[in-house]
Amino acid sequence: MWEYTEKVKDHFFNPRNVGSLEDADAIGEVGSLACGDALKLFLKIDPETKRILDARFQTFGCGSAVASSSALTEMIKGKTVDEALAITNQDIADYLGGLPKQKMHCSVMGKDALEAAIACYKGEPAPKDHLDGELVCECFGVTDKHIREIALQNRLTTIEEVTNFTKAGGGCGLCHDKIERILDEIRDELKQKQTTVSSAPREMTNIQKIARIQEVIEKEIRPTLQKDGGDMELIDLEGAKVKIAFRGICLSCPSAPLTKAGIEAKLKELVHPDLVVEEVSA
Amino acid sequence: MKVIYLDNNATSQVAPEALEAMMPFLSNRYGNPSSMHYFGGSAARDVALARESLADLLGVTPTEIIFTSGGTESDSTAILSALATAPDRKEIVTTRVEHPAVLNLCKHLARFKGYTVKWLSVDKEGMLDIEEVKEAISERTALVSIMWANNETGVIFPIEQIAEIAAEKGALMHTDGVQIVGKVPLDLKKTAINFLALSGHKLHSAKGIGALYLKKGTRFQPFMIGGHQEYDRRAGTENVPGIVGLGKAAQLAAQNIEQERSRVKALRDRLQNGILSSVKFAKVNGSIDNRLPNTLNIGFEFVEGESILLKLDELGICASSGSACTSGSLEPSHVLRAMGVPFTMVHGSIRFSLSRYNTEEEIDYVVSQMPLIIGSLRAMSPFGQDRLNSACVVQ
Ligand SMILES: Cc1ncc(COP(=O)(O)O)c(C=O)c1O
Repeated sequence: MWEYTEKVKDHFFNPRNVGSLEDADAIGEVGSLACGDALKLFLKIDPETKRILDARFQTFGCGSAVASSSALTEMIKGKTVDEALAITNQDIADYLGGLPKQKMHCSVMGKDALEAAIACYKGEPAPKDHLDGELVCECFGVTDKHIREIALQNRLTTIEEVTNFTKAGGGCGLCHDKIERILDEIRDELKQKQTTVSSAPREMTNIQKIARIQEVIEKEIRPTLQKDGGDMELIDLEGAKVKIAFRGICLSCPSAPLTKAGIEAKLKELVHPDLVVEEVSA
Repeated sequence: MKVIYLDNNATSQVAPEALEAMMPFLSNRYGNPSSMHYFGGSAARDVALARESLADLLGVTPTEIIFTSGGTESDSTAILSALATAPDRKEIVTTRVEHPAVLNLCKHLARFKGYTVKWLSVDKEGMLDIEEVKEAISERTALVSIMWANNETGVIFPIEQIAEIAAEKGALMHTDGVQIVGKVPLDLKKTAINFLALSGHKLHSAKGIGALYLKKGTRFQPFMIGGHQEYDRRAGTENVPGIVGLGKAAQLAAQNIEQERSRVKALRDRLQNGILSSVKFAKVNGSIDNRLPNTLNIGFEFVEGESILLKLDELGICASSGSACTSGSLEPSHVLRAMGVPFTMVHGSIRFSLSRYNTEEEIDYVVSQMPLIIGSLRAMSPFGQDRLNSACVVQ
């Protein structure tokens, strides 16, 4: 059983704005019967103000697909087209009080349909035309471009996360290597950006530093440790001294000093070159 | 809210009689059957009686029964024993529609232990082609492992016949009997089956108890190694409450198996016909005739299974689905896909599985609700509006 929030259940059992609009100014369609979910979004747009006057949807899919569609229509009504485009899939999930992580692709479907509808309105080609880019996941018809965009937007770092958000890799699994390569590319690009930024002089407040360290730990370090049954925690930051504690298998691991050096290198590279790591027993 | 439980292939209610039989062993009669004192040792007698009841249900002798922790352990024990005792044979014959307890073990053996696995396909009714089975089994086959009845569709395979074919080639025969035991009368003594796995919680006893039938004279290597319990074939202090409950459940099943079979079948058919006559674009998955009496797997076009389950759940109706969204993976049912059921139907497939505790009123209530549930979801679906309302779809 999925842990759906009350808000998700409410939007599933009492969906808002179901149906079609006879005189829609824009229609966006994504998904297919074969994929297991699909959404068709209808918009009525004021030609003067570019405001979305009405939105309706038709959805084929699970509880969270219906709820995401319903939430999306509520969120965009009254917004201008450009304001609506600023909505991210995370905003849709947040509106619903969160979605189970395996169901994030439902919120992505909402965003995709919105982009498709607005592109249709502006007379542009559908942005998420799944034929755009190189096909990576054949089971669900997902291209490299799509994976790249969603991964960047949602800061995805693992294949599992990519599957949760885009469905890519959730079928036969043959494309896992390709997805890994895309993630590697993104990581390299981000690193390059990071080094160009950190080569420029920059001052961070302690709070910013801690936040950044925590982020690097969550995204870059803990997943690797956890793969081997280990874990770590950030305890404190004193000046340039990052105090950490090992957890799980790392506690008794003879190569903990090596791991410590590795963590230090990562933090120096991605946060600040002056940082040093100290292990504490907490 | 009253629960209408139609998910008995997932797990079943413990029979009140089985619960009552178990209670003393969960409270004052906590002794160890291996003990020398009467307080503990007397439980060995209750274990022996349970073994007899289960043997009666299967038509075998009590010494051919090994109690285990459930269906999965019984499957693993049988498969690994068969391979260990036939070291010169490196092939396994099984099907694409097995339960993960067999499917994933066979995949593992192929990947890491160098076995060649022959995966038999099924037709659109979910049935095997017996000629294909014959072709697949050879002198290289160590083990044939084929389920007797499928948990998703209820489709029954001709296991007695397949066991004969295996025996002719000197291969051992294992069958996952988890879904069939207690629902259909069996007489294993007359068959060439070497191993049959069963699970207590599918036949109205507790979870975490099961058994393996091991045909007398079959070469055997234990899975759990340690103490001398179960005639040195399964080490570990016996799950006495579980065993006693399973014995009682087996006795109950055996008592009325023919009557219950036709009563449950009549209820299932009532559900099936009720839904088919009130909901358009619905189709039964799996052979109508070669099926467990309690199982109905039915596909609804243009709707998605999880949505149906959520709506049923709101009414207190428990069922399950082959839809991808309910499995935690994105892959819909491997069984329905192996049968070539179109994706559109797989995503909207629901399994109702009944038991002797269901009533006609319950079935009629479900039948009355299904058109409303499917109707409301279809009204929301972007597909099939044209076919459903003969109106045009906006392109
Ligand atoms: C056909 C089949 N085999 C094996 C099992 C596993 O049994 P258990 O849950 O007792 O390990 C099940 C139950 O899910 C089943 O339906």
